[in-house]
Amino acid sequence: MPDTPTILYCRCAYAQVVPTGVKNEVLGKLCESAASFETVADLCEMAAHRDPRLQAIASCQSLRIAACYPRAVRGLFQQAGSPLPENAEILNMRTQTATEVTEALLRTDS
Amino acid sequence: MITHTHRPLRVILYEGTGSIALPAEARAKVMMALLDKGYAVTRSGQGASAVPHDDRSLLVLGAFEGKAPALEDVTGQIAIDTRDITGLEPDAIVSLVEKTRGDKPMNEPGKWKPWFPVIDYTRCTNCMQCLSFCLFDVYGVSEDNKIQVQNNDNCKTNCPACSRVCPEVAIMFPKYQGGPINGDEVNENEARREKIKVDISSLLGGDIYSTLKDRSSAFKSRFSKERSADKALDERKKCLTKLVGDGFIPADVLASLPSTDEILKKAEAAKAKAAAALAAQ
Repeated sequence: MPDTPTILYCRCAYAQVVPTGVKNEVLGKLCESAASFETVADLCEMAAHRDPRLQAIASCQSLRIAACYPRAVRGLFQQAGSPLPENAEILNMRTQTATEVTEALLRTDS
Repeated sequence: MITHTHRPLRVILYEGTGSIALPAEARAKVMMALLDKGYAVTRSGQGASAVPHDDRSLLVLGAFEGKAPALEDVTGQIAIDTRDITGLEPDAIVSLVEKTRGDKPMNEPGKWKPWFPVIDYTRCTNCMQCLSFCLFDVYGVSEDNKIQVQNNDNCKTNCPACSRVCPEVAIMFPKYQGGPINGDEVNENEARREKIKVDISSLLGGDIYSTLKDRSSAFKSRFSKERSADKALDERKKCLTKLVGDGFIPADVLASLPSTDEILKKAEAAKAKAAAALAAQ
């Protein structure tokens, strides 16, 4: 299914700036769903040492990311040499509710 | 010593054909525990595309009812380990992963904080002010004369000083608490009104602190407080003081920290580098 979006969840495990309640609830709801998804401990940690996995993530045609501020997330990928595609959708767990984030991640586009 | 360059092991929680799905609560518990230890985890279920494999090794977990299949990468490039987790409690699954990883090095949360500037190139005008301001050579210039972050590891944890003096609000620290330094959207009206124009030669000269102390009235808005040049210099000073006070770095390294003369030279060098980069554009 080439149009099925790839879902990526960032745990922000290295600094805890994302509210714990929100990130736990988002992960819990993803786990309750039937969807496949990717999770990483911390996108900042990966960008810091230019983890090649960022390139693999950025190569996905359709991407939904649950992390933090979109400007920061795009900057992290760009700085690591793997800019995100324009259409990548970034959900902000620092400002949005877990319900908003999860609904957007699991949304089925008709 | 650089201690954070080891990629995390990618664990795949396989719940497809031939494996029994975990209860949702147990699945979440396992994933949270593994992520908090620094692993990358893929949940292989239905309805979403996976990220392509570029890993050197994968660990596949599944409730295979005692019959974990032996898997081999067709390209022969990736080592695939499989483990049966039938009947295991979440804690036991995490222990199994840790045991399987053995002494293979991996970054771990809590031992290091990924703290470094991230440039928003949609805002950056390549003015080179950050390059001039940072005393630790975090910034450099690319072959095509663009400012870039070249030495992440030189950045001093919790010091966002360069972000505060960026006239275009183009420098972010994603792990910072407040906006717009954390990457929050920039209020364009406030950014224009309070754009911090700093004379680099005075900033980096002998009277940097007194010069900026004389700056106009203190900022009042949240935006302004985060974007205060006074605060930036204070942080920079604190950073240096802390390095000295904590005995964090050896005496010989302390001695190599920039003196006023060196800072002035650095300012000149940065100015020349910036001018060359700008002229080449």
